[in-house]
Amino acid sequence: MAFLPSVLFGQNPSASRIIEQIDKNMASKNRIMTATMIVHGQRDDRTMEMKVWSEGDKKSFTEYLSPARDKGTKMLKLADQLWMFAPSADRIIQISGHMLRQSVMGSDLSYEDMMDDRKLTDVYNAVVIGPDNIDGRPCWVLELRAKTDDVAYFMRKMWIDQDRNIPLKEEWYAKAGKLLKQTTLSDVKKLNGRWFPTKMIYKDMLKTGGGTEFVINDIQFDVNIPESIFSKAALR
Amino acid sequence: MITFKLAFRNLVGAGLRTWLNVFVLSLSYVVIIYMNGMLDGWNVQAKSDMMNWDTGQGQLWQKNYDPSDPFTLQDSFDPIPADFNTMIGEGKIAPVLVTMASFYPEGRIQSILLKGIPENQKVIELPTASMTADSSSIPGLVGKRMAEANKIKKGDVITIRWRDRNGTFDAADVLITAIFETNVPTVDGGQIWIPLSRLQKMMQLPGEATLFIRGKSDWPSFGKDQWIVKDLKSLTADIDQVIKAKSVSTSILYLILLLLAMLAIFDTQVLSIFRRQREIGTQIALGMTRGQVVRLFTLEGAMNGVLAALLAAVYGIPFLASQAKYGIPMPKASNSMGMAIAEKIFPVYSVGLVVVTICFVMLTALVVSYIPARRIAKMNPTEAIKGKIQ
Repeated sequence: MAFLPSVLFGQNPSASRIIEQIDKNMASKNRIMTATMIVHGQRDDRTMEMKVWSEGDKKSFTEYLSPARDKGTKMLKLADQLWMFAPSADRIIQISGHMLRQSVMGSDLSYEDMMDDRKLTDVYNAVVIGPDNIDGRPCWVLELRAKTDDVAYFMRKMWIDQDRNIPLKEEWYAKAGKLLKQTTLSDVKKLNGRWFPTKMIYKDMLKTGGGTEFVINDIQFDVNIPESIFSKAALR
Repeated sequence: MITFKLAFRNLVGAGLRTWLNVFVLSLSYVVIIYMNGMLDGWNVQAKSDMMNWDTGQGQLWQKNYDPSDPFTLQDSFDPIPADFNTMIGEGKIAPVLVTMASFYPEGRIQSILLKGIPENQKVIELPTASMTADSSSIPGLVGKRMAEANKIKKGDVITIRWRDRNGTFDAADVLITAIFETNVPTVDGGQIWIPLSRLQKMMQLPGEATLFIRGKSDWPSFGKDQWIVKDLKSLTADIDQVIKAKSVSTSILYLILLLLAMLAIFDTQVLSIFRRQREIGTQIALGMTRGQVVRLFTLEGAMNGVLAALLAAVYGIPFLASQAKYGIPMPKASNSMGMAIAEKIFPVYSVGLVVVTICFVMLTALVVSYIPARRIAKMNPTEAIKGKIQ
């Protein structure tokens, strides 16, 4: 409804306004969620359960709950730094440099994908290229082109639900225009008065396999999280 | 001379016992020369293959470049020194740009090294001239190992993904224009070669390189702060180490063989001295000194070495020569080892190897012959003539 006047006059709304609306809808002071990550490989699937505590975009703490071999693995992200604790090695390691380009627990996501917390408007020039439709829902299609050199994906496309201000699909492109990754978001639910997608599928488009499915089982917004969670001491 | 004649007559007179000793000892000669010849041949062939395919006559590395640590690649490039351009144009120096990339064989993701090299280079044997394609696709070369491991054929188009110097992802298709066959895995496994100019453009690194390979000409002037000279010795140090480790393990085999031969000579000597006490007593009674008798027996034992060398020459020379001519076939599995091994290794026998082997076996035979003969010096001639055991 936020874009009703523009639609009535046959104009596309401004991209910055759409991004602002998404932020308003999706961002929260902090959140705690339990989620299931299913990595669909070529031969078999791997399922992992995790609990995530996060504060804004800068702080997040993840603990893997299952399967047994990953249980107790913890990850801490503070701004642009990432640490990992694996109980089998009994050691905290900082993931940096080229290691950030590796896949997270064998999924289609890299650590770097998780780390990129810069504001979209800071690194991309966004334009609305027109309306579209996903699963019967009208969307705006946003095209974002890099305005700085040091960005991992030169171009991104986002399909934004016109009524609920949430992304339903995202595509990540290489500089030469090849589609590299795709994210689809679904199972949108109204949680604490806001619309939120509870299922996401990340797919490396150059690889075969069904991608990585991320299902939010439970999410709480704006709750009290002790500051000690976001410290290296909490990793052990 | 009399001692020599006597020793020879006694030795030949012992018949089969002598010839058995001589045969086993001759085997030691042949096996030592064969094994060392094979290792030397491998060394020579591996180094010459490395020179032809990988190292050239020497390399110049950007100061951060460390081939054993791919994480260094993101900082391992610098502008090509201006003085190099003429020789690069003539194909006498090959600049190479190296970066990490991913490719997707059968839908899997695999990390590879993407290497850029000029199409006109004449320094190494990579068929770079065959990297030709229209401007829409990138021509690429892969080695046979890489092609077999990932089921790549000539004419295939494979997708690669890389990051430019700023870390931005890019992806493109590479048309495989040739598959080359080499014994040198360092230019083959897990890597794709494309034209240097294309890779420089893809990486946004115009005019930059990670390393240089030179032919016979010397290096033009360059900045010593950015580039480090790598000579052939350091580039082929891995081969030397493998050969050294191998020669230790093979030496165990021929030491066992040599030990058996020496044991046979030693036993024969002990038996001779025991059975020929009367002869020893008579020789001393007739005026030979104890030292002369010890020398006679030692010479007898040591002459096994001479006869063995002659026998080894009779059957060993044709055998070793045929191996050097036709080569020793290597098992196919050895191809996937981490170093250059040809399908056939041609042994190399140096004069030094043959001389050292003969001297070594002779000296050992002399020592084991002398040790039992020392007992003669302690014998009482009267008792010896009587044949009493002493």
